[in-house]
Amino acid sequence: MPNEILNVVALQKFFFTTQGTVRAVDRVSFSITENETLGLVGESGSGKSTVAYTVVGIYAPTDGKIYFRGEDRSQPVAKRPKSLKRAIQIVFQDPGTSLNPRRTIKQILELPLKVHHLTAGDRKLEVANLLRRVELPADYMYKSPHMLGGGERQMVAIARALATEPKLIILDEPTSALDVSIQAKIINMLIKFQEEMNLSYLFITHDLSLMRNVATRVAIMYLGKICEVAYTAEFFRNPLHPYTKMLLSSIPVVLEEEEELKPTKVISKGEIPSPVNVPPGCSFHTRCPVRKEICMQADPEMVEASEGHFVRCHLVSGQEAVASS
Amino acid sequence: MPAPLLKIEDLHVEFKVYEGVLRVLNGVQLIVNPGERVGLVGEAGCGKTTTMKCILQILPSPPSRTTEGRIFFNERDIRQMKAHEIQDVRGKGISMIFQDPTAALNPVFSIGDQLTTVIRCNSRTTLSKKGIHQRAITALREVQLPDPNRIFDGYPIQLSGGMRQRVCIAMALATEPELLIADEPTTSLDVTIQDQILRLLNELVDEHGTSVIFITHSLGVVREMADRVYVMYAGCIVEGAEKSELFSDPLHPYTRGLMSAVPKLTGGGIAEGIPGRIPDYLDPPSGCRFHPRCPYATEECKAERPELTRIRGSHEVACFAVERGEINAQ
Repeated sequence: MPNEILNVVALQKFFFTTQGTVRAVDRVSFSITENETLGLVGESGSGKSTVAYTVVGIYAPTDGKIYFRGEDRSQPVAKRPKSLKRAIQIVFQDPGTSLNPRRTIKQILELPLKVHHLTAGDRKLEVANLLRRVELPADYMYKSPHMLGGGERQMVAIARALATEPKLIILDEPTSALDVSIQAKIINMLIKFQEEMNLSYLFITHDLSLMRNVATRVAIMYLGKICEVAYTAEFFRNPLHPYTKMLLSSIPVVLEEEEELKPTKVISKGEIPSPVNVPPGCSFHTRCPVRKEICMQADPEMVEASEGHFVRCHLVSGQEAVASS
Repeated sequence: MPAPLLKIEDLHVEFKVYEGVLRVLNGVQLIVNPGERVGLVGEAGCGKTTTMKCILQILPSPPSRTTEGRIFFNERDIRQMKAHEIQDVRGKGISMIFQDPTAALNPVFSIGDQLTTVIRCNSRTTLSKKGIHQRAITALREVQLPDPNRIFDGYPIQLSGGMRQRVCIAMALATEPELLIADEPTTSLDVTIQDQILRLLNELVDEHGTSVIFITHSLGVVREMADRVYVMYAGCIVEGAEKSELFSDPLHPYTRGLMSAVPKLTGGGIAEGIPGRIPDYLDPPSGCRFHPRCPYATEECKAERPELTRIRGSHEVACFAVERGEINAQ
């Protein structure tokens, strides 16, 4: 495929504990093209952060491949070449803990510049430049993280990710700890950087309304597996998987127009099971309002319902859900 | 019109800290009528929880100090009450559900221990041990927990976040309070679990006829839960209206900014939000506390604090620009 930045094929990440094997990510495949934002959405415990950490190399995959610009990059971060570390960056959820409290903002921002030998002239100027790009005053470089507000800290974390001029940034719930007015500012800034620098984003979140406004494509994860992927407009117009419908109808909205876009109310029930004891068959069958016999026995395969719209559900592959929806 | 169940007048609360005095609440006023569900929306640090803790008189003092204001519950000023009278208000009169159910439950006592303690201390009549046990089981069944007997003997760690919050709801309603304060009860939960909890709360409140103050930072959640909504900013109530009116015709510039910053399912991008950040309580802005971030700010806004003024019906706004007619109701 042209311009493909990241291709993840049948990625598995298991954690072996005394209580049993945690199947955090189980045969997940997706790809991200240049300048694209893939929204990876799921509840807590669905394995979305594990996917992120495996892609950046914090975890080594149990099985499966990660291709970055066509090359196999499945190795963990210690074995990755520096150029790859430079090309993939990550922004974590909580800027309170992802910035070292004992360092000044200048020290935090110049570390990636030092490591990758990126400074041509004055390093202080570079840091001031980075701060200006995230619309923070240059004298912030002498402050330490605790003197900044939550939103400003996240700006610094974003500036740090931008410092190496990456190709792909993984955003792990970058705004879920922040207020909506600050979220709006950060999101708009991220969109601006994407256009300017031709960036690709893997955007991890639990907020579907946010993804409607940000993502090119949306993927829904449940218990370590992707259950539906589609282009954003199609995804919200025609959600097919019962879990997607449950998620969408659970969102509290502020406008009447939004209320009309939600699928007919699917009463949400049950909770996400533990990834140690993944239910047999389709892992969603314990909460599914439309389950059939087959769902309890066989795990459904991913099928393409329409162009670019993939669903992993027996009812869709059997063409029944199309009639019922 | 019957007398309001709860009426807060001009409440000022400050905290004394090493750096100086944090002037947090700056003239909060709100009313809860019997049987009404009132929503209180605002961003982190705007004083929502401080207001609620002040109602229950559970703010640690020092460092906190209530400098001014009256809090009437059933037409009696809580601030004038004796300690044992306040103790009667807590639990029997007003009970509270906290944001983080994990922190609200004691990890070393069983669910049953904690629930029976609440019932024993707040019961209006003397109950036998068996009667208390039965009440506790009923309370657990009411919040739709599976197998109440097993949960009664279990510990908080054995439950998921959603189930813990159900236990907290059971505890808060077991005393049959007149007013329930729900302080961001679903913020730490996933969206499908949030949906279940909100539905459950709505059902139970309807059944018991309890009045509710529902605190949240999410406009979407308040739209599902409240009849009437107050918007709070930096220790002041800036707007209050019936839910439908507030969402169709917000007037205060802050409410409008907040509304536009919420990502919508209809798409079309996200508005710029509100410039700047919430003020420093050590040195809050003079006049209207929103003026440094407000596009309509004038000299008048910097000099004087706008009062909450009735625009029409029960729609109240504290804003000079609205009074001047620069922002018009539709």
